[in-house]
Amino acid sequence: MELVIIQYNAGNIQSVLYALERMGQSAVVTDNPDRIRNADKVIFPGVGEASSAMQYLRERKLDSVITSLQQPVLGICLGMQLLCSYSEENDTTCLGIFSERVVKMQAPAAKAGQQIKIPQIGWNNITQLDSPLMEGIAENSYCYFVHGYYVPFGAHTIATADYIQPYSAALHKNNFYGTQFHPEKSAETGARILQNFINL
Amino acid sequence: MKKELPCNNWPTGKNNYMLTKRIIPCLDIRDGRTVKGVNFTSIRDAGDPVELAELYAREGADELVFLDITATIEKRKTLHQLVNRIAHHINIPFTVGGGISSVEDVQILLQNGADKVSVNSAAFKNPELIDQLAKSFGSQCIVLAIDTQLEADGEWYVYLNGGRVKSQMRCIDWARQAVNAGAGEILLTSMNNDGTKKGFALDITRLLADELPVPVIASGGGGTVAHFVEVFTEAHADAALAASIFHFKELTIPELKQQLRLQGIAIR
Repeated sequence: MELVIIQYNAGNIQSVLYALERMGQSAVVTDNPDRIRNADKVIFPGVGEASSAMQYLRERKLDSVITSLQQPVLGICLGMQLLCSYSEENDTTCLGIFSERVVKMQAPAAKAGQQIKIPQIGWNNITQLDSPLMEGIAENSYCYFVHGYYVPFGAHTIATADYIQPYSAALHKNNFYGTQFHPEKSAETGARILQNFINL
Repeated sequence: MKKELPCNNWPTGKNNYMLTKRIIPCLDIRDGRTVKGVNFTSIRDAGDPVELAELYAREGADELVFLDITATIEKRKTLHQLVNRIAHHINIPFTVGGGISSVEDVQILLQNGADKVSVNSAAFKNPELIDQLAKSFGSQCIVLAIDTQLEADGEWYVYLNGGRVKSQMRCIDWARQAVNAGAGEILLTSMNNDGTKKGFALDITRLLADELPVPVIASGGGGTVAHFVEVFTEAHADAALAASIFHFKELTIPELKQQLRLQGIAIR
């Protein structure tokens, strides 16, 4: 099986590669359109900013490559957000696989000692798990999140988390999957989710 | 397929559905080994960093911090190789700090698999560095480390160069300025408390945690479960960092986390 990690101006590509290696799964990091199209599975990682990432993808025509993929695709963090229709982060039109929109986290009025930090950084639990991607994952398992924008509930939500309010921790539509959290940094829970993706 | 999610009946059980407080072991690295200074001076050897890091990750550490205290030019390559080894072995996020003074320094560390970097003296001397790093890599991977000490005038001041040089800047002022420039987290070390195991500096931690819109990691002085409880509940720290108590197994991570859970603190 050939697993490809899409190379673009995103931050966590090495981490995803190493996480797969720890599981005994080799992967190819590439921005070659043919290599991506011919892969059995594709991971679309991402740490960074939406508009510059979309601009980079468009300049290299990777946007149309990604939307045309028929094999299982996993978007991680910014990767998942870019698979949505639109992001409030610098008013960015995204790839439009998921009809959901990405909105900015807004801190509620601060109470004493309850300063809500944005972005969310750290471990939060995921619940209402409903997908083969979440096979064997217990409700309320903890995953590692780093994000200042989020996807509200939508038709494609397959896992939820709660920070300020409940939101989509993962999405699924046809062959496209996405996680807002970082499975590559989420200890055993994350490794199992990556394994589930490999097993799809 | 439209799925209706029951937004109105979310379980509200204690500690469910919330961001947890993080427990972060810190590994001070010198020449590829883990060391821990007491009050920033005497140094004892505490083991192989990768072995320790793997142990902590298995035990439930939420993140790891590696601070390179040699940080001389000649040794940088050793550090990069070590970071790469750590990245291959560790399945939780980790931060690398020590001697970082340029976009290139950060680029190499991130390429070798670090999730975040911490900057200290170089950022103080050149505050534009924070802005440059945040623009290049995103605020989420820029941790500003501050070493601070309480002076006779009742104010906490910023110290530089590993705590050897006092500045005239108050800790809170520098923290605010750095967050405005793009620092995504503050790693706050109280030099008064560091190595004492008598508890964290609650007042300055609380001041920063309540004032700043970014997470504050409290460091220096954690010796008992009660110290961690108070730094989370009274000082509102988002995370707590400790070194020697973990390295010398005076308090293990599973034991600490279990006790914190029993005290009603949100812990993974």
